[in-house]
Amino acid sequence: MAVSDLAALVVALPIFGSLVAFLAALVRSKSGWPVAVAATAAQLAVTVTLAVRAFGEGTITYVVGGFEAPYGIELVVDGLTGTMLVLIAAVSLGVLAYARRAGPRSNPFYAVFMLLVAGLTGMSVTADLFNMYVFLEITGLSAYALVASGDRGRSAVAALKYLLVGTVGASLFLLGVGYAYIDTGTLNMADLAVKLAANGYTATLTQTAFALIVVGLFIKVAVFPLHTWQPDAYAGAPDTVSGLISALVSTVAAYALLRVVFTVFGTAFLDANPFAHALLVGGAIISILLGSLLAVSQSEVKRMLAYSSVSQFGLIVAAISIGNVTALTGAAVHLVGHAIMKGGLFLTAGLVATETGARSVDEYEGLVKRSPVGAGVFGVLAVAMVGVPPTIGFAGKWYIAVGAAEAGSWTLLAVIVGSTLLTLAYFARLVERMFFREPTADLEPAVERADGALPDGGDLGGSDPGSASLGMYAAVVAAAVLAVALGFAVFGYGDVLQSTIEALLS
Amino acid sequence: MMDLLVSRDYYVATFLLLGIGTYVMIASRNLVKKVIGMNIFQTGIFLFFIAAAYVEGGNPPVLTMDAPHVSPLPHVLILTAIVVGVALTAVALGMVVRIYAEYGTLDEETLQEVRGSE
Repeated sequence: MAVSDLAALVVALPIFGSLVAFLAALVRSKSGWPVAVAATAAQLAVTVTLAVRAFGEGTITYVVGGFEAPYGIELVVDGLTGTMLVLIAAVSLGVLAYARRAGPRSNPFYAVFMLLVAGLTGMSVTADLFNMYVFLEITGLSAYALVASGDRGRSAVAALKYLLVGTVGASLFLLGVGYAYIDTGTLNMADLAVKLAANGYTATLTQTAFALIVVGLFIKVAVFPLHTWQPDAYAGAPDTVSGLISALVSTVAAYALLRVVFTVFGTAFLDANPFAHALLVGGAIISILLGSLLAVSQSEVKRMLAYSSVSQFGLIVAAISIGNVTALTGAAVHLVGHAIMKGGLFLTAGLVATETGARSVDEYEGLVKRSPVGAGVFGVLAVAMVGVPPTIGFAGKWYIAVGAAEAGSWTLLAVIVGSTLLTLAYFARLVERMFFREPTADLEPAVERADGALPDGGDLGGSDPGSASLGMYAAVVAAAVLAVALGFAVFGYGDVLQSTIEALLS
Repeated sequence: MMDLLVSRDYYVATFLLLGIGTYVMIASRNLVKKVIGMNIFQTGIFLFFIAAAYVEGGNPPVLTMDAPHVSPLPHVLILTAIVVGVALTAVALGMVVRIYAEYGTLDEETLQEVRGSE
């Protein structure tokens, strides 16, 4: 099998795993977990192979069904795609380790889980705009279903809101794709870039296509003020699902934004259209500032983390709007870093709730005595999120800030540096409560039963509901270790990514 | 102005559908009607693609027919988009059923009152 066939395999494998996980219920109930683990482990092996080849030997392309580009659908894996593919597989595996004890246990849950992995992977590898829309909807559909897999009514309400807003986002994206298609008669990204340039960047169709696609993806990324679905969805979902979607769904949407802005429209388009540049810069600044302010005012930990994501994705959009090599390296680093840190924080919040029942900021008082591991990991990840060296949170912000300085965007630079203080404002509140206060109230440990929506759910397998499993500890500790360790690896990564980003910008 | 509207009637209809869909999603308090609004919104986009594919005096895109042909690609795209839309509606209605079973109401404001005590 040629290497390029692997590009198709990374999409096919999770879909196959999803089917097997679903059908395995016919043989034995609650057999979804081992199937999902096997499929995700194989996925990780394939994605690592692909990423190593993409970094070592350059871009890998695959033509689906033998229809040559630009007529057929093309899959392309470059360094940036490879990074996202490995991230998706690795985070999924970590979340699965956590889900063994904590999560919904029904087979349909794991079938949808694998479908989400397939959708995210597809969005990353595709080089065709309409294909990207299809994968965007697969991702969306499985994310809505996963959010609704909690057994409380709150999950269903949050999921319906997510579905309505998310569908509008995806539909606007599709409308934008339609404008671009009418403009050029092609859907292949590389071919679109050539033909849009030939049409001239100030054509109204091109401008409208850009605006619709960017606003559609802003909804999916949850940029302020289009973020309204996101805190409800993250807070209303079961803990396992919050960890997964907070780490991956917005991340891949932001990657798609980066891909569309630079591969399809290009830096020349941004230079020719001040309004397009202003759209990105405005979204970034408002997101960073208001996301942080809203995070400070939350009383529920998971909602606070959700608003923190709004602010962190503002940073990514800022990096996209700056659009030089340093800033885009920062965007890639921060996408990976944010996924690990925020996914880890949500899983830790779930772990803490399992051990102690604490879910609000006030209930975290004196947490270090009741859940030393939970408090420790939460502390490390919070510090990484603020951007204290040598963590990966620092590396991402550093690259983006240096990129802003290189481009002379002093307003953005001020906002990016200020965002560190704002991040500190909402995490310091929690860290201070966890480590320097005495516990006030006695709380009952509460395990979230998150399988009501799906058939074959049922009991917790006879385990002690108040205890956290080894897998849960392993997942959160791994996130904390990675958040620090990757901070050291990041400068080497920046060097190997450079050629990919230079190709993206040319 | 009138000529433009008449010659672009499909596009006018598209944006009417988009507007009506958005309005229903925002203004209606009933959750089922919000889902209907979402469907109307998507239908507007379907019409947009199909209208764009039409060529005045064009034949069906079969090789034995004379040129000009109507573009077949948007039709294929919209077939996919319709399937996605049906799946979305099914998932949305599934959630509506669960919300009704849990709270006994589909009215957004009543729902907020009921959930206020949660």
